[in-house]
Amino acid sequence: MATALDSKIPAGNINEKWESYKGHVPLVAPNNKRRIDVIIVGSGLAGASAAASLGELGYNVKCFTFHDSPRRAHSIAAQGGINAAKNYRNDGDSVYRLFYDTIKGGDFRAREGNVHRLAEVSTAIIDQCVAQGVPFAREYGGLLDNRSFGGTQVSRTFYARGQTGQQLLIGAYQALSRQVSLGTVKLYNRHEMLDTVIVDGKCRGIIVRNLLTGAIERHSAHAVVLCTGGYGNVFYLSTNAMMCNTTAAWRAHRRGAYFGNPCYTQIHPTCIPVSGDYQSKLTLMSESLRNDGRCWVPKKAEDRLKDPRQIPEEDRDYYLERRYPAFGNLVPRDIASRAAKVACDEGLGVGKSGLAVYLDFADAIKRKGRAAVEAAYGNLFDMYAKITGENPYEVPMRIYPAVHYTMGGLWVDYELMTSIPGLYACGEANFSDHGANRLGASALMQGLADGYFVLPYTIGSYLSKEIRTGPIPTNTPEFDQAEKEVRDRINQLINLGGSQSVESFHRRLGKIMWDKCGMARNAEGLKQAIEEIKALKAEFWKDAFVPGSTDDYNPELEKAWRVADFIELGELMCRDALHRNESCGGHFREEYQTDKGEAERDDKNFMYVAAWEWKGEGAEPTLHKEPLVYEEIEVVQRSYE
Amino acid sequence: MKLNLKIWRQGGKYKGEFVTYPNLDVNPDMSFLEMLDVLNEQLVSQREEPVAFEHDCREGICGTCSLVIDGQAHGPMKGTTTCQVHMRHYHEGETIVIEPFRAQSFPVIKDLVVDRSAFDRIIQSGGYVSVNTGQAQDANSIPIEKEQASKSFDAAACIGCGACVAACPNSSAMLFTSAKVSHLALLPQGHVERQKRVLAMVAQMDKEGFGKCSNVTACEAECPKEISVENIARMNREYLGAVFVSDKKMG
Repeated sequence: MATALDSKIPAGNINEKWESYKGHVPLVAPNNKRRIDVIIVGSGLAGASAAASLGELGYNVKCFTFHDSPRRAHSIAAQGGINAAKNYRNDGDSVYRLFYDTIKGGDFRAREGNVHRLAEVSTAIIDQCVAQGVPFAREYGGLLDNRSFGGTQVSRTFYARGQTGQQLLIGAYQALSRQVSLGTVKLYNRHEMLDTVIVDGKCRGIIVRNLLTGAIERHSAHAVVLCTGGYGNVFYLSTNAMMCNTTAAWRAHRRGAYFGNPCYTQIHPTCIPVSGDYQSKLTLMSESLRNDGRCWVPKKAEDRLKDPRQIPEEDRDYYLERRYPAFGNLVPRDIASRAAKVACDEGLGVGKSGLAVYLDFADAIKRKGRAAVEAAYGNLFDMYAKITGENPYEVPMRIYPAVHYTMGGLWVDYELMTSIPGLYACGEANFSDHGANRLGASALMQGLADGYFVLPYTIGSYLSKEIRTGPIPTNTPEFDQAEKEVRDRINQLINLGGSQSVESFHRRLGKIMWDKCGMARNAEGLKQAIEEIKALKAEFWKDAFVPGSTDDYNPELEKAWRVADFIELGELMCRDALHRNESCGGHFREEYQTDKGEAERDDKNFMYVAAWEWKGEGAEPTLHKEPLVYEEIEVVQRSYE
Repeated sequence: MKLNLKIWRQGGKYKGEFVTYPNLDVNPDMSFLEMLDVLNEQLVSQREEPVAFEHDCREGICGTCSLVIDGQAHGPMKGTTTCQVHMRHYHEGETIVIEPFRAQSFPVIKDLVVDRSAFDRIIQSGGYVSVNTGQAQDANSIPIEKEQASKSFDAAACIGCGACVAACPNSSAMLFTSAKVSHLALLPQGHVERQKRVLAMVAQMDKEGFGKCSNVTACEAECPKEISVENIARMNREYLGAVFVSDKKMG
């Protein structure tokens, strides 16, 4: 039975909502904060910034990461930059414009209230990071430099060479390390969360596994915050790190947290193409490259395998510049990815596989000189050369779209609380701010906004009612039960004794997802995918093999648990994609497109967030709808022409 | 092509010994870690325990992967992490020797996996700027000379992988520690605490049991991010300055 969800967006003018919220939210006094425990799961941009900020405020924080160090979180791999409405360039930027660009970039499927708040706090993030010692790029006058990114007509992206994510994460990691040394945050490296514990309808703790010893531990808290990233690895091949997984979010979902818009997946247009079956992951080439690189394919199929430098100008199709003259190579990601797919589907894709397009820097090198191009993108060019064995200063890069980011995630309200009271989700783990497509340089912005400037305010609203609760015991039936379920599942996995590796199941799941729930989807394929995934799940639990033991360092066992969760999530993603009979952003249903092949939304029937409720093993999930209300922005068909 | 791997195995049924895996079928376009994936898939299919090794982003930025390959941390290529080494640089029939990063302060956990948490503790001892969330002034209020910012960045590029320690005959952590000291000392934001920071971080480094620096500079040669030993010289200056000028006690 579906019910309408309340997002708790504050009333009032869009410019006043957040200010007014902050002015009225209940506070927790300093002496009470000491008596309140908060668990943060994950140590990426969202997790590290949240843990540090809450520690500074005086809460007792425990921060868990499955990595050997918080600094390894996958935020570190973000390359291009972070957006902020500073308007340092005097080029017409403003909070409103960042807000508008983000809503439009998300194809009118994000909440106005959240996105405006994000744009408002964006400027403080840059200030905070600079104060921490983040070495952003600077101009000769010593002031901060900016560049432009897809889907915008201003330069609002701050960057640190091609390692912006690394530098921002190191900043947050340092802030976190400081709190660890001050004793406000206790850090648990190499611990993976395997379940949440719900007591009287509230999230009261988590069950974790010590990845070195296999010990199962109970940890209680007055609130739990999941900052556990996205689920792009459901596709097996993606730009995500190898260990990125959905387990924390999926386990919370099975305990009652709704999953929002699971089918919204971002396929990034500029990745190094797949080269063989052995491939374990895909490597992104930053979107910033499209500032200077030009995308093209040969006009004639017979030129596909020719040396691209021998193909004359008149025989090249700079398809983005031709189709979208206003934005050219800087159209948003979903549009650039689909345009590359269209070119390859027409038989014009280059390279051995035919699944690649050129990203050409010859013009930029001629115009600015090799040194300038090297200064801006040197590390990316080096990485490309190492992986492909080709020199991109001489030969155009070959690129193809790949899974990169998931806009979907745990459903949260304006306060970033999931549908389970006391359980929060921040960063990529939540669904909140990017609608059906995320603009470049906005993931770093959202992760840090949530952790530094949103959650520290909103969590007080809930915790102010917890000041009399006292310490939460872990020797209760709820903890007993949750721990038992975790132990049972681990034992089940280690005793499967089948004949196929976990890796092989993951690869098969990925192929189903990429073929049928990837860049283009249709009802027929999605229905097949759901059946195939159900069968895969049954086969996994009958015939997978997990080596080693449960009480030891065992990466294969970790992988097995994660893949089992991915399989269940994959089915939900296909269900969501099947139910959404429209195209929007990264969700492209072949049945719903305009004459020009652009995504065709159905605002009358689908202007809502789809939030799915787990109803138990084998049961159909229930769909809840949160209507999206646009008070400020006029909803139009998205155009970048 | 066919390659032979000689891999250090430790834990479970292995006491700490090299095990040879002959004739592995390898595609030249594979990355080094993808080759280990292939080996592990084979071991799993034979009901053997796979070789434990750490890895995550496979883009050369997270610092999780390690390995000493034929005696060199992160293998033969300059400025490259293990995950970015590709098999096209090897030849048919070669034998590759793979070991963990060895250092007293990096105890082996299993096979090729070591515990590098000492690095976290060095950062916790002072590798930060003490600024709470919300205390910052406008980002452009302090201009920083481009060259200076760029030098700071060069030091901040450290990925904390520990190759410097593995490469050093003394297992010294000077390059790692000095990279953080330099990163922050070169920026005005890091100036206020620079003396306290360098004293605390050096004390923690010593407490973790890392060795002394004897200017071998193998750390710079094998650093996948090509962090310069200039940083060690800078840290020494910072340290001496702090000792003589500061009234703060060491440690």
